[in-house]
Amino acid sequence: MSWPCPYLGVQEAVISNPIKDMSADERLHLISVSLNKRHRKEKQLKLAGLAAITLAIGFLVVLMTNIFSNGYTALLQSEVRIDINVPKAEILGADGAIDIQKSQAFNWNGLVKKSFRAGFPDVKGMSDRRMLNDLVSENAGYELRQAIEKDPSLIDQSSFWVKTSDDVDMLLKGRIKTTLPEKLRRIKDSQLVWINQLEQKNDLRKVFNTAFFTNADSREPESAGILGAIVGSAMVLMITIIIALPLAVMAAIYLEYFAPPGRLTDFIEVNINNLASVPSIVFGLLGLAIFLGFFNMPRSAPLVGGMVLALMTLPTIIIATRASIRAVPTSIRDAALGVGASRMQAALDHVLPLAAPGILTGTIIGIAQALGETAPLIMIGMVAFIVDVPTSVTDPATALPVQIFIWSDSAERAFYERSSLAIMVLLIFLISMNLLAVFLRKRFEKRW
Amino acid sequence: MTNPTKLSTHDLNVFYDEKQAINNISMAIESNKVTSFIGPSGCGKSTFLRCFNRMNDVIPACRVEGQIMMGDQNINDQKLDPVLLRARVGMVFQKPNPFPKSIFENVAYGPRIHGLVSSKSETADVVEDSLKRSGLWNEVYDRLHDPATGLSGGQQQRLCIARAIAVSPEVLLMDEPCSALDPIATTIIENLINELQERYTIIIVTHSMQQAARVSQNTAYFHLGHLIEYGATKDIFTNPADPQTEAYISGKIG
Repeated sequence: MSWPCPYLGVQEAVISNPIKDMSADERLHLISVSLNKRHRKEKQLKLAGLAAITLAIGFLVVLMTNIFSNGYTALLQSEVRIDINVPKAEILGADGAIDIQKSQAFNWNGLVKKSFRAGFPDVKGMSDRRMLNDLVSENAGYELRQAIEKDPSLIDQSSFWVKTSDDVDMLLKGRIKTTLPEKLRRIKDSQLVWINQLEQKNDLRKVFNTAFFTNADSREPESAGILGAIVGSAMVLMITIIIALPLAVMAAIYLEYFAPPGRLTDFIEVNINNLASVPSIVFGLLGLAIFLGFFNMPRSAPLVGGMVLALMTLPTIIIATRASIRAVPTSIRDAALGVGASRMQAALDHVLPLAAPGILTGTIIGIAQALGETAPLIMIGMVAFIVDVPTSVTDPATALPVQIFIWSDSAERAFYERSSLAIMVLLIFLISMNLLAVFLRKRFEKRW
Repeated sequence: MTNPTKLSTHDLNVFYDEKQAINNISMAIESNKVTSFIGPSGCGKSTFLRCFNRMNDVIPACRVEGQIMMGDQNINDQKLDPVLLRARVGMVFQKPNPFPKSIFENVAYGPRIHGLVSSKSETADVVEDSLKRSGLWNEVYDRLHDPATGLSGGQQQRLCIARAIAVSPEVLLMDEPCSALDPIATTIIENLINELQERYTIIIVTHSMQQAARVSQNTAYFHLGHLIEYGATKDIFTNPADPQTEAYISGKIG
């Protein structure tokens, strides 16, 4: 050959090659020895993995059992039957219908308490009467009024089931130990006697705690519910999705397809990754300073909560979106560009539909994270005590995790069980969101 | 017999970052002929091919310097919108890459985005004609709305050809279109290239010397980013002027 060619030429083997020099038996023996070693290592790894998973599941079971055993009793609420004669003259107007103004002026609570005390004629003295009053919910009068205003025919009824106070409720659920010395009990000995009398007359019962699912927060545990928090959370998440999803997807597309490579783009990329690991309370501070402090937006509002959580969720969705865009084979993008699609068309028509399952999964995981977030909402005032279910995104509201936080911080034992039940509700929401993510991913993947 | 020049490059250099992939190549491609690019792996023939429809634009590290003339227009001008260029210079890739949509949607996509069809019936006509010209119609006419990914490799590649010719480009670039296909599918595509040549200027990159000899009228041999020899296929294969070309085509290297 007249010209040098890098591809040609055979080189002589000069060094001794131990593998080539050994016999076949020797070689097989060595391989089988090493194979045993490999099997052993594999087994060890398998066992370690199994142990880790067992431990994790064990902890999960302990956690779930704990929450459930604390919380399931909150599904029931104790009630006491009281014979009440509603004085119609003081409530009904001239036309025989309920006069709201008269009803408002009427002392419903006094009526309930008086009627209740009538069942215990031998109880005399101020302190005894007060202790007797304490067995009935402070909200009993208010709730009676609500019920009668809603259904005026009840006015003729002579006995009503009203809620007991939270202490009686706890006692009936076995959460107050009667073996404790009287000083350490919230239910005193005299009250125990009265409760026994009520039980013997069959005037006590436990019913499903509907108030928990139809009310907002309350000072009285027996009237406190999570509907306000659920609606608040739903509004917050709605705002979060509306703001974060389009922004994050657009940002991801821009960074993947259009951003000119350079220092600025690198800087943005690094910062997005950093933002994903910023503690959530910092986002709360940001919201407090900017949305509330600078823009004077309403305090405690789901609108602001949603905006803060959107900021927090943005990097998560951007990272997930970019990862799923990158997972789409470049051949698809090339194919689109090859027939003359613009870069935007290639991204929107071909890459995004293929990346959609990944984007959705990332979004739902980010949103689920936002659903469980407490700290930033506390910073913008969503930790307030709010007894109304919010009706618009600018109404003051709380969110589920914040509600749990508030209740778990309360002194009453009954709030403790309610916070456990609220945790269960929150977990159900989280699990269903994750299931939705799995379902959507499966569904969209099938189309291709 | 020479046809008018369709495309020509003048002192074309391509760099990947600092590494030079194409060195000063000047060549002219005849219209309505098949020109094949041959050479060992890594010699830059694919990179060179992708210059003709600016597909190198999507590789951030890639830099193309020099002139590529199509008519009296320099298509390497960064001010020129590559979208318009790609409607005139279609491309078929090495690995069949149909969109994960229906067969119909694959072919209809190009005409639609370029606004070449204005009604459903027009689109259907274009799809049918393109599939017929790519020789796929008889195999798929009854399942046009099935996913394209369900086709065999050879069918997918012909679908990609149909997709490319649906916008009636002037030039068709083919980057090793048969390297992932079996011999029968290869034969079908080679026959197809022969038929398409009447209407299109075709440039094909291939690793198969036999394929270059069978389908092309002109052949260019590349080595390490240099154009070593370029001429009529029969001259290159029977009487190569350069010893490197001779070594390659006679099977000593490559």
